[in-house]
Parts: sequence; structure tokens; C-alpha cells
Amino acid sequence: MKLNERSLAFYATCDSPADNTGFLYKRGERHTAYHRRWFVLKGNMLFYFEERESREPVGVIVLEGCNVELCDSAENFAFAIRFGGTKCRTYVLAAESQAAMESWVKSLSRASFDYLRLVVRELEKQLEEMRWGLASACEGRQGPSGSWRLKSSVLEQSAERLPALPAILPKENGCAVWNNTPGVHRPPDTSDCNECGDEGSPRPPPLPPRRRASNSEVGSTRASGAENLSTFCQLHEQYGREVARLRQNWLERQRGPQP
Amino acid sequence: MRYNERELLSLARQPAEKAAEVLMRVPKKGSVLKKRLVKLVVNFLFYFRTDEAEPIGALLLEHCRITKEEENVFSISFVEEPERKYCFECASEEQCQEWVEALKRASYEFMRRSLIFYRNEIQKMTGKDPLEQFGISGEARFQLAAPKH
Repeated sequence: MKLNERSLAFYATCDSPADNTGFLYKRGERHTAYHRRWFVLKGNMLFYFEERESREPVGVIVLEGCNVELCDSAENFAFAIRFGGTKCRTYVLAAESQAAMESWVKSLSRASFDYLRLVVRELEKQLEEMRWGLASACEGRQGPSGSWRLKSSVLEQSAERLPALPAILPKENGCAVWNNTPGVHRPPDTSDCNECGDEGSPRPPPLPPRRRASNSEVGSTRASGAENLSTFCQLHEQYGREVARLRQNWLERQRGPQP
Repeated sequence: MRYNERELLSLARQPAEKAAEVLMRVPKKGSVLKKRLVKLVVNFLFYFRTDEAEPIGALLLEHCRITKEEENVFSISFVEEPERKYCFECASEEQCQEWVEALKRASYEFMRRSLIFYRNEIQKMTGKDPLEQFGISGEARFQLAAPKH
């Protein structure tokens, strides 16, 4: 497969900011000897050079879909970039210090395009919700103190719904895994409905179908019809009659046509 | 340059952001427009012969320029060699515009800038850094430009 190698080399060496750089020991594919290489991480591409001053990278590792793990190795401060699938290639690297190893593992596990896209979409959504929240508050749909409460509740709800992203793993576990793949399910957006209704009060049960048809607000729980029936008994009576009628219809159908 | 081809091929098989059959011409002397399937996955544009499962090639879409050329046509070139253009002819002008828009936003660098922008906006509105919850607020790659006081 062809790759735009010249452009890749340019990307690796141009002065755009790198996300991490440093010397790492890279274990060879066939031989277990480690070679010291200069590594440059830009976006989801991990380039490696023979020397720091080399004009062109020796190679590049496309990091999309990888897992970054600590690994047991004779070499100190070793970690691995592992890919899924059959015949998967594992790149074993070793840093020169504990701090360097941690820094690399952290940056590599968050390097994927998918991860960044996840973060961007979440922020985009938060921003949109905040703007929407402020807009509806300004329309005066809330009570006197509603607008301020609305703003903070929108933010709280947004915060609660943030996906759980990989955190720094404890060191006691010898084999830590940073999962590089997204797989976060976003919970359904229900916050909008909550903001429209009475804050704090429970929603009344939905109206029976017949009543909803005559009511212009679809699915509304504050139907004008219900307000006329002030006592529970009256409601009970009203709904009860309907239930009895439906039951009667059902029983007749079960019995079949009468002679 | 060595690269992990197996992983790149695996990436080419993943669901695409966008895919279409187009006519494509590479910036090589004497090359002509050929029918190709192009597929945008993350910041790569893969191109296939229409009846093959494995791509012929891939373009990493960083530091590139997407230009609308004549009707139905757009091109991709890279900043270090702006004259070398990969040309794409679409089925319609609408499709062409959609591709131009999608490819302009396809780079990692573009996403990084978007993230910084949203972070800044949210911080202005709330006084809180939204990246703190992700544990990445300290990362150099997401730092806002130095404020002008």
C-alpha cells in the first residue's frame, strides 16, 4: 500500500508542536536487541529517528486502535504498544526513567484520533447545551429564580454525563492497560425535558389515549381536562368507567359472536 | 519509511466517516483520471480500485490543502509541495462541496484547534476548565495561546 511518505516525513520534521519527544529503546521485530531511537509523537503518529538530528524518520507507528501496556521485561521501564487482531504486532519500548515511561504511556494512550474526537464532541455538546439553556432561560419559561438555577443544573447534568475516560492506573498492578479505543455510550439526553417541567415535582402519570387525542399538547402531563377533576375519587370514577368499558369489549371479543 | 501496514489496512476496513466512488488522478507524470473508491477514516484518506478490498494507497491528511477546482473537482496537496495535486472528480457539485468540507475538518490538527476553542469558550462561560474532568487539562497540546493582557 502506498503512503504519502514525503508528506509524512515533512509532518514529522516540521516545526509544528510535538506531543512528546525523547529517546526510547525499541526492541527489534525479529531480534530481541534494543535500539536507541529518537521518538516524536505528533497527533496519532509516533515517528522514530535513528538520531535526534536525522532529517527523515526511520519509521512511523500509526497509533489508532492500540492498547498501551506496561510489560514484564528484563529491560527497565518497559512498556508495549499492542494492536488487536490476529498476527498482531507488538512494539516493545523502554524509557530511560520511571518518569519518562509514565509520561510516554500517558501520552500514547491518549493519542488516538478517536479519543480526541470523543473529547471534542463532548465539549461541543456541553457548549451547545449551555447556550440552549441560557436561551430558554431568557425566554422566561422559568420562575423568578429559575434562570440561575437552570444554568447551574445544566452544567451539573453535563458534568454527570461525561464519559469515564481512562485514568492513571495504580502502580501495584504489574500489567496496567490503557485502553485506547472508545466505546463510550452516551446516555440519552433527558435533561431538556426536566428543565421544561416543574423542577422537583413528580410527573403525573400519562393520560389515557382518548383524553390525549382531544388535548392539543401531545404527551402533556398538565392537561386542562385533569384540572377540572379536583378529587381523587372523581378521577378514579372517570378512569374506572373507561377501564370497565374496555374490559367489556375485550370479554365480548373473547366470547366470540353471539348467536 | 517503515510503517505498521497491517494496522493501517485494518483501519481501512473500519466504518468510514465518508466514502464515495470518484475519479482520481495522482500527481505523477502522465497519470490519468481513474475510477476509485475513496474512504475517509480518521485522518486518512484511503483509495481503492472499485472491486478490491485492500486499498492501493493512503493519504495522511495533515498539513494539507484542500482546494475546490473546477466544477465537481477538488484537489488535495501538501504544504511542502503545493504543485503536486491529487485530483478528485465527484459525481456532482454538491458531493464535491461535501468532500471539501469534510476533508478540511479531517485533520488531527483541526480537531486539536476545535478542542482548544471549545475549552476556551466553556471556560469563559463557566469559569471552569472542562478538561479537568478528563484529567488532561495539564497537557501541553491543549494549552491556550498566551492571553494578551
